[in-house]
Order: sequence, then structure tokens, then C-alpha cells
Amino acid sequence: MTVTYKDVGLFKHEYQALKEHVGREPSETELYLAGVMWSEHCSYKSTRSLLKQFPKTGKYVLGGEGENAGVVNLGGGYGLVFKVESHNHPSAVEPYQGAATGVGGIIRDILAMGARPVALMDGLCFGEENHKETLRIKSPVIHGVGGYGNCVGVPNIGGKTTHHPCFNHNPLVNAFCAGVVKLDQMVSAKTAKADGVIMVLGAATGRDGIAGAAFASVELDQDNRDDRPRIQVGDPFAEKQLIECFLELNERGLIIAAQDMGAAGVISSSSEVAAVSNVGMKIHLDQVHTREQGMTGWEIALSESQERFLLIVDRSNIEIITEIADKWELNVSVIGKCYDDKKFELYDHGQLVADVAPDIIGGNAPIIEWDAKQPKDYANRQKIQFDENLQDLQEPLLKLLSSSSLRNHQKLYQQYDGMVQTNTIQGAGSQVGIIRVEPADVAVGFVMEVDPLKCYVHPKNGAAGVVCSTIRALSIAGFEPMALTDGINHPSPEKPEQFWELSQNIAGLIEACTKLQCPVVSGNVSLYNESPHSRILPSPFVVTVGIKSLNDPYLSEWDMKHDDAIYLVGDIYGSMGGSHYAALYDDFAAGEIKDIDWKKEQQFMSVARHIAHNKLARSGKQIMGGGLLVSLAKLCIHNNIGCDISAKNDDNLRFYFGESGLRALYVVKQNDRKAFEAAFASSDIDCHFLGIASGDRLLDVPLDALHKAYDKDC
Amino acid sequence: MTVYVLTFPGSNCDQDAVKAIHYLGYRAEILWHQDTCIPSDARLVIVPGGFSWGDYLRCGAMGAISPIITALKRYAQDGGYVLGICNGFQILCEAKLLEGTLLRNREQDFIARPCYLKVENQKKPWLSGYVKNQIVNFPIAHHDGCFWADDATIERLEDNHQILLRYCNEEGQIDELINPNGSKKNIAAICNARGNVVGMMPHPERNVDPVISWNILAGSGAPLFHGIMETMQ
Repeated sequence: MTVTYKDVGLFKHEYQALKEHVGREPSETELYLAGVMWSEHCSYKSTRSLLKQFPKTGKYVLGGEGENAGVVNLGGGYGLVFKVESHNHPSAVEPYQGAATGVGGIIRDILAMGARPVALMDGLCFGEENHKETLRIKSPVIHGVGGYGNCVGVPNIGGKTTHHPCFNHNPLVNAFCAGVVKLDQMVSAKTAKADGVIMVLGAATGRDGIAGAAFASVELDQDNRDDRPRIQVGDPFAEKQLIECFLELNERGLIIAAQDMGAAGVISSSSEVAAVSNVGMKIHLDQVHTREQGMTGWEIALSESQERFLLIVDRSNIEIITEIADKWELNVSVIGKCYDDKKFELYDHGQLVADVAPDIIGGNAPIIEWDAKQPKDYANRQKIQFDENLQDLQEPLLKLLSSSSLRNHQKLYQQYDGMVQTNTIQGAGSQVGIIRVEPADVAVGFVMEVDPLKCYVHPKNGAAGVVCSTIRALSIAGFEPMALTDGINHPSPEKPEQFWELSQNIAGLIEACTKLQCPVVSGNVSLYNESPHSRILPSPFVVTVGIKSLNDPYLSEWDMKHDDAIYLVGDIYGSMGGSHYAALYDDFAAGEIKDIDWKKEQQFMSVARHIAHNKLARSGKQIMGGGLLVSLAKLCIHNNIGCDISAKNDDNLRFYFGESGLRALYVVKQNDRKAFEAAFASSDIDCHFLGIASGDRLLDVPLDALHKAYDKDC
Repeated sequence: MTVYVLTFPGSNCDQDAVKAIHYLGYRAEILWHQDTCIPSDARLVIVPGGFSWGDYLRCGAMGAISPIITALKRYAQDGGYVLGICNGFQILCEAKLLEGTLLRNREQDFIARPCYLKVENQKKPWLSGYVKNQIVNFPIAHHDGCFWADDATIERLEDNHQILLRYCNEEGQIDELINPNGSKKNIAAICNARGNVVGMMPHPERNVDPVISWNILAGSGAPLFHGIMETMQ
């Protein structure tokens, strides 16, 4: 049977472009090759023109474009490499392996730059907690994230878990990794040279995960069991060996260029290196070490077997590289050579099976401009549905505290080792994960955020708000934001209303990054997160990374003692659009989301850091999911102390349960109150005294009831 | 006097142990699993945590047949001090340097969190830096940490004062509720009859430097190492 362009997932215009490039009818291998390399997953063909507008430079940024991950400068000759990546489709089909290999893949992206992976975070979006698909998917995903990360010995320092019915059939699994690199030992994909020998290092290649990238770029079928063979299987032990081996090779200066073999395996990694390094390559697919008999050339070329690297090395070093690989019980094979031309040739048992220019395959997929149209219901999404005065606060408070997204997730994150490597200053359970980087004498803070409802209700303000919220959290803890990475998760871009949401989300991200001078150094786009049952809400993940000197104090999020003063800082009222309160009554949480006041955001960044730096507060936290009352309740629960605040009886919905907007909760020692209030005097930011930490109630609600709701799972 | 830390393929707490020993001001070096002797200046050998060979076979079973373990057995026979932490404890049990075994946690899940522990006695040199019944906090991070031995063995371990640490709550109370993994009698650490080989599931090396102690009994792992390094033989 002959393979057609449709079989490999190409559009007709792409097939024609390919035909034009090669100047003849493309061979079977070439078709497979283009099918994968021009898939959405590998080529970003639907979003490339939008992503171009991200601000990419800043005082800490050292690079990242065209590399495996972004790099920021930590000082002292060290850099931090970081990126977020999605593994949604595989996790829907085979949750344990999907999540595990998501973690493995992002670790290798960081390693590929020559960095030692030092921190992981996981972003998980699941459906309703009692839905049968959620019951099938959630627990194995968590076991997969933990099973892989724990074994490779990279601490998981936090993340974000949220629930919504739109994820019932389309869960999101996004993994973040950061690594520390000595700047003079950074590895690049751009530095391959003619005469360089091409090697594959690591696990043997098998038939698992063939063409997985193309699979990740279409909607899931009703019955996706047939897609099982496209799922990769993870081996965290091999990954740990690969980390140590790769870092030892790099330390000894034996790597000229390198690329992780992620999506689309040998073909993708090699053609990308050829394209960005501007060299030609001849590759002999039958030379790749395999673990199955009789694999065809294209199967070897497209296999997504995990825990492998492509290395470009000097011929004279092959022997020593093989010795080091032996020590780490890993295999290597020499599969080809780089040339001083623009040809990319693949051979199978001496026969030429593909012959294309590398920049066609590894660089320039034809861009697609989808139509965008504002959804008809857009105005309705922002119409608030309920009374703005609440008589009873207890019922909604307890409902929110015990809801699947807001309740205590301790039982989940205690399955992840957050302390290995002994650098974790603050781990999961707080908004900011903090590690120290001793050689650079700094602490680095990480905040991961996603907010699907707000990014749906008002795609632009919602997405901008996600960036703001990460930056506020870092500022409160005392960190200066350096840069961020974004993981965009959307349904199909082919429907104009969905593409409009996508463009608006990206516009919101761009606006926030530009106004707050927080450049984007890496990212990932996952589209087609929909199935015949449903489509996901637009769900961009953002992880923002901040820095402070190791000796400077950081502000805790949780500390409170009897008699401390409690302050609400920022807006008195939050917006209801996309709030958890609104979602109690309406799956799509209609309500307004106000525009962001950029001047106030900028002022807050500096005042908040001033407070942390001078220890003017005992603790501080951004008011997030559930609003003021839920944030207060969590503070009370954590310290087992009540809050004596006077009730607000009119216009109290947005006061207690509003979410979007610049709002933070601070706990201040009585002696520091003057200095704390003075810190805001020269800014436009309001500072309201709410009450005193005392007693065993929050408003009328006893602490016991709060505990019971919040600790439902524990 | 040097502390030697063994590294197996898949060890991931070996560097943490070295770092903790350095922080406390002592010498520490790595030994590779294929090395065949323990240097004569060794004061202590640490078998560190991690997932040796991925723990794809029974935890610690592969590590227990490494070349270095033959040397370690000779070293222990001569009275040398050996401390197995987490995967290291599992390896020492598999190597029959310690009695009992580590089963999958009671709830079947991996558990990682700080743990309060009660110091059972002042067994020299391991616990000489603590007082009896003192409460310390070392984190745990394991999937297979449920200590098990038959009743007769447990009784003998208790009679011989071979139980060093038990899981307890903040006030020192020892009960099933606070038992994180289902270990018999809340046992977290034991030693051999001679008292020179110790295994524990919790990680003392993770609570040596107060910067990373998460503010829970900061630095309470340090006296363990000081005890071994400073006590006269």
C-alpha cells in the first residue's frame, strides 16, 4: 500500500510545498519525515507568527531562541536554563507513561544545554473529580510524575493542580524543569561542524512512540486505544545514567553539539541540528542501536524511544566517549557525519531513502494563518449572574475550601520528593518554590500558574492576569522576576472562534510581559486538545522565575501569630469573572474581568520587595483562587488561629470572593505596623487594616469547620 | 579521617551526603560501586539513598551484589562504621548486614515529608550527640520503607537496644496514626548486634544545614554525624 500525504497528517498545500522543495514526487520516508516535522507539535506552524511578538530580551536573558530552552544569568559564571512542556495527548491515552515521559522529556531539554537539572514543577488540569475518566487518569498521572522525578533525583518543588469538566476527556499534563549551567560549558545545537561525527547516546531504539508528535497534533479519537503504540515508555534509571554520563562528557569537553531526541526522535534531532548549525548530514539509519529486529528505516527515524541523545563529536574522541558511556552502562552508536553542504541524506542499508534540505525539514514548515472571529457569546461571558450581596458567607466559604481545586493537595504533592539535592528552601504547598544555587550565591524562586476560566471569560485580560499573578507572588516573597516560560494549551486552531481566543491569550501574555519587563525565554504550544465530547478552555501555563541574593530574607506565605495585624493590600474588590465562586453556580463562571492597572502593578513589584527585604511583615500572600475569604481561611487553618475581622455586609460578594485584580494579604507584627503602612504611602496602592489574629473563628465560622472542609483528602 | 560515600548507578543522595559532611567540616569522598576496597582512613562509610539500578528488581537487591559490598562486608567485620540511608538501608538488608526487610509503604504510595523521630537510647557513637527520648526531625522520601521482621526478631532487636529511632509525633507520642509507612513498632532505624552497622529510612543529611531545614527542628541531623566523627573509639 502506498502512503499518501493524508496518512502522515499533511495538508494538501504542505504536500505541494514538499513536492516543490524536493523537485519530484516525495519518497515514502520523506513523506513520513515531513508529516512529523511539519506537525503542529514540532513546527508551531499555527502560532509562530503570534509568538514572534513576545519580548525576548532583558537584563538577565542570555539566550534561548533556537535552543532547547531559555537561559538567564545568575551571576558568578552560572546560568539557569528552564522550560515548560506539555504531554497532554499521551497522558490521556496512557496516564502513567504519558506523565512520566513528559517529565523525562523536559529534563532532557534542560540537560541538552549542558545544565544539571535542579528543579521540577508539574501543572495538571483534570476533569470533575468523580468523572470516570478523571478516576482513570488522575492517580496514574500523579504516580507517573512522581515515579519518574523521584527516581532521577530532581526535586519537585511545586506546581498547580486544577479541575474543570472541560478536562474530563482532555487532561493537561505540563512539566517544568530548571537546570544550572556553568556558562563557559553551555552546550548548543547550533555548533555542529563539518566532519563532526554523529552519535546516538542512550537507550536502544524500539518501536514505541512512532510518530507521536503527529499524534499530539490532532484531536483525540473517540476510542484512542489504537493509539497505544504511539505512546513512549519511560525508564527513569536510564535517564539518571544519561544525566551523569552527558554531564561527564561535557565536563571533559567532548561534546561539539547536542540535541535531545524528543518528538520524532533521530529525524527531528538531526535535522534540527543540521538546520540551526548550517551543515549537511549523511545518516545511516541501520547503524542506530535498536532493541527490536527488522525495524524499517522510517521506523528507526521516527521512533520516540526515550532517554536518548544525539551528539556531534570529534572523530578522535569516539573511543573515550564509548568508555565513559560504558561506565554509565549506556550504549552509543556512530550513525553518520556532518558535511560542508546543505544536503540532508538518510540511508537505510546503503540505500538513499530521503534527500532534502535540512532547513525545509528542521526549520521552516509552511506557516498557516487560521481565521479568527470573536465568539458570539463573548459579551455574555462577562455578565455577572448573581446577587452582589451575600447574607450567608459560611456555606460558599466551606464549599470553596473543600472544592477539588482549592482544598489541601498535600496528599498529592507528598508523593514527590521535594528535598533531594538538598537545595530546596521552600517546597510544594506554597505559591513560590525556592531553591538555592550555591555557586552563584543566589536563591531562585519559581511560580507556576494557570487559570482556564479567566482565560476563557476574557482571554486577553485573563492571560495577562496569569502573568501578573506569578510576578506578584514572586515580588511578595522578595524576588526580582527575571523571565518566564509559557506552555500554551488550546483546542483546535482551525475553528475561527477558538483561534481568536488563542490570539487574544497570546496578546494578553505579550502585553503583561512587555509592561512588567519580564521576557519570554522558552515555551511550548499544544493545540488540538479536544475530543468528540468536549474541548478544553484556553489554558496557558506560565512559570516565572525570580532571583534574590542568598543572604536576603524571603517572606513566608504562611506565618501568623496571635495578635498580629492583618492587612488587605491593593484593590478592595476583586473581579468575579472566571472566579471559583462563579464556577460554583455556572461551569463557565461568567462575570467581568477588569483591565489591569500597569502603573499599580509596577509600583507593587517594588513595594512588595521592599517589605520582604526589610522584614516589615511576618508573612504575605497574593489573594488567588477563592478570593479574600478563602485566603484568610487558609492562613487561619495553617496556624490554627482565628481572625477577628469585622463583617462587611453590603456589596460584599466581590470583597470576599472576587479574584482578579491586584490584591494581597499581609500579616504584620504590631510593632511593625507603622513602618508597614508607610511603605505604601508614596504609592497608589491602598492598604486596609482588616483585623487581628485571635480567637478560634473566622467571622462566624469555627476553625474546626474550616479544617474539616480544607483537609477533606488528608 | 574520611567519610566515604558509595555511589551506585541510580544513587541520587550520594552528593547530598558529601555536601552535608563537608558542611559539618569533615572530609568526604565518593567510592564507585566497582571499587574493591575501603581506604584505611575511613571513619564511616555511607550507603546513600536513591534508586540503585532503578529499583526495578527488589529494592537494594542489585546494589547488594556490587563489588564494593564485598569490601564493605570485610570492613564491617573489622568493626568499621557503616550507615545506610533509605536505599542504603535496603541495600544493607539485602546484603544481610542488617536484619529485617523493607516492604512497600502501607498506603502503597511514595511518601516524601519531614518526620518527627524519637531517639530511643544513646547507642555509641551514633546517638551520643542526643539525649534519650529527644525528638529530632529528618525527612523521609521513599516508596518501600515499611520495616518488617518476624516477632521474635523484633523482640530481640528491642531487648538488645538495636532500635535507634522510631516515628513519633511532635510531642514524642508513638502510635500507628503517626506511622508514615506501616513499619513494625514504628521502627525508623536499627543497628546490627555489634552496633557498628546502622540503617535508617529517614534522611539525616537533609537536616544538617538550617537553610534547607524548612524550619522544622533545624539542624537536628547534625549531632548524628558529629557523634560518629567525634566519639573516641
